[in-house]
This record gives sequence, C-alpha cells and structure tokens, in this order.
Amino acid sequence: MSDYLLLMVSAILINNILLAKFLGNCPFLGTSKRMDTAMGMAMAVVFVLTLSGVITWLVQYYVLIPLNIEYLQTIFFILVIAFLVQFVEIVLQKTAPALFRALGIYLPLITTNCAVLGVAIININEEFGFFKTMFYSFSSAVGFGLALVLFAGIRERFALVRIPKPLDGTAIGLITAGLMALAFSGFAGLV
Amino acid sequence: MAFGKEFTKGFWDLLPPFRLVLGLCPTLAVTTSAENGLGMGLAVTFVLVCANCIISLIRKVIPSKVRVAAFIVIAASFVVITELVMKAYFYSLSTLLGIFIPLIVVNCIILGRAEAFASKRGVIDSFADGLGIGLGFTISLTVLGCIREVLGYGAIFGHNIMWESFRPFSFMVKPPGAFVCLGLLLALINFISMRQKAR
Repeated sequence: MSDYLLLMVSAILINNILLAKFLGNCPFLGTSKRMDTAMGMAMAVVFVLTLSGVITWLVQYYVLIPLNIEYLQTIFFILVIAFLVQFVEIVLQKTAPALFRALGIYLPLITTNCAVLGVAIININEEFGFFKTMFYSFSSAVGFGLALVLFAGIRERFALVRIPKPLDGTAIGLITAGLMALAFSGFAGLV
Repeated sequence: MAFGKEFTKGFWDLLPPFRLVLGLCPTLAVTTSAENGLGMGLAVTFVLVCANCIISLIRKVIPSKVRVAAFIVIAASFVVITELVMKAYFYSLSTLLGIFIPLIVVNCIILGRAEAFASKRGVIDSFADGLGIGLGFTISLTVLGCIREVLGYGAIFGHNIMWESFRPFSFMVKPPGAFVCLGLLLALINFISMRQKAR
C-alpha cells in the first residue's frame, strides 16, 4: 500500500507532470487566464486521462503485443485517445448534460494535450501493472489539475499589477511557471 | 515569389514557438543542450514537411467532418517512421529525447499548420510553409539549447568553451530554468518587435 502512496505523492508533487516533466504545457498556458476555465480543464483532464491510461494499457497488452505490432503504438494510442474523447463527449451529452456544459469546450482540446498521450506511453515504458497504471494516471492528472488551478490563481492577480510591456502575456506566464516549478522542486526531499 | 514568402515567414513573422505559441512541451523539455534542440527541431521539420505535403495533396478528398482525425493519422504515420529511423541510426539521441519523439504527433504546430495552411493551399506553398516553420522551430530550439547549455554546463554542442574557474549555473538545465529562460527570450523578442513597430 505504501508503494501506491509514494507513487501518488511523487506523481502529484515531485514529478509533477506539468512542472517537472513538461507535458501538457499548451493548455497550461492557454486555459489558465481565468479560474473557471482552469477548473473546467482540470476536471476534464482528470476524467479523460484516467480513462485513457487504463484503456491504452489494455490495448498495449491485449492487442499490440499478441499481434506483435508494438511499433504501431503511437498511431494506435492517438486513435484510441481521439476516439475516447469523442465517445466521452457523446456519453456525457446524453447522460449528464450539466457536466457536459461545464466540460464541453475543453473535451476536444484534450485529444492534442500531450499529457494524455505522454502518460499512456510512460505507463508502458515503466512497465506498470494494471492497478498501478490506473493509480499513476489518476495521480498525474490530479497533479496537472493542481498546478493548473494554482497557476490560474496567480495569473488572475496579474490584472491588478503593472507588468512591463514586453513581458506581458505569455512571457510573464512562463516566468511565473518557472518560479512555481522552483517551489515544487522543494518537495523533492519528501520521498 | 510566393514560395519565398511562405518560406521566410517562419523565421520571424510566425517564428515558433515565440510568435506562434505552440509546441511548448518539447521546447521546454529537450533544450537542455544544443544538440538535443537541433535533433528535436529536425525531427519536427521532417514530420511537418511530409504531413503538410500529403494533407495538401489529399485536401479535397478529406471530408471536413473527420479532417482532424485524418490529419492526426497522417502525422502519426510520419512520426512512426521518424521514431524507427532515429532508433536505427541515432540511438543515443533517441534515448535522450525519449517520449518526446512519439509526442510529436500531438505537437500543436503540426495540427495547427495542417488546419490553418495545408488544408487550404497547394502542395508547393504547403511545402514551403512546412519547411520554413520547421526550420524556424529548429533554430529557436537550438538557440535556446545553446543558451541553457552554455550557462548550465559551460559547454556548447558538448565542447567546453568557458574559462577554467567558471561555475556552471545548474538552475538553467533544471526544469524551472527552462520556463524562465523561454520567458525571458520571449520578452526579448517582444521588445525587439515593439521597437521595430515604433520606428
């Protein structure tokens, strides 16, 4: 059990997927200007990433390896993710319209979020078992959500301060993210 | 003339990842040295040029409803080719770049150019666009890699260039340094283009 707990702490705080592994930075900078969009994106990512991590694991071990076509991993995984995102969109629209309205516009963006494909590939490279895959995918996604929401909180404050013209927008965002990454690297002694 | 214009815009007007703020993940992750930046840039250029040409050739056949899926599959095919070629001929580089090679598929630059350019224009223009944007990206990554490598290891392309008593600034090659360095470079480019506009 402590094994799983360590994996979770490490995925959320120490090897944070955004700040230490650099996966999913486009939505990180793109959807963090306002708190509510950041929350929506974070929730959508937690949902899809956990599902896709599990499904790509099943595809790898029950389809690709038995058929001896592991070299097509990239194509298969991206297709699975694209299909899954569409599927989740349709299911949510029918069964949970309120949730769909909240997550709606973020879902299509997730197909090209490299965190999703990245975590799927990490799961295979690290040779995680089924439950570890599920756990790691979920924790990574929570780490993504945590960093995104914290970052959005900081970014909302930018409206109140005067920023030098050339630094305005993405540039100051990147530097802030750097400082956040520095703060998160302080967790490295935890495990 | 059109060819030249589509080709050169990638070097300043649309210079990724500064003007087109796309493809940030590989930019931040692999630029710990100039060599990694160059390798990643060239891999992206290859995929971008090939994907742009193919998409432009079959743009009239692809139904608009499934176009994004079609773009992704085309890009993914070239990424698999790149992956296998790199494993066969540049094994050490491919282990350094790691999962960022398969992740070229979801590099927003590829899909962005497919959607914004290649799906609307002819093959020659798309080729020029892909090559220009790709090389612009390569240059950006190499420059960023050089800066971080010089400050972080005191070397460039693996050759020591700094004086004896130089103490490497290891912050630059750690993840936080990547964000700060890219942010400052972006600010510099913004500053230069503001000065140009003011004139």
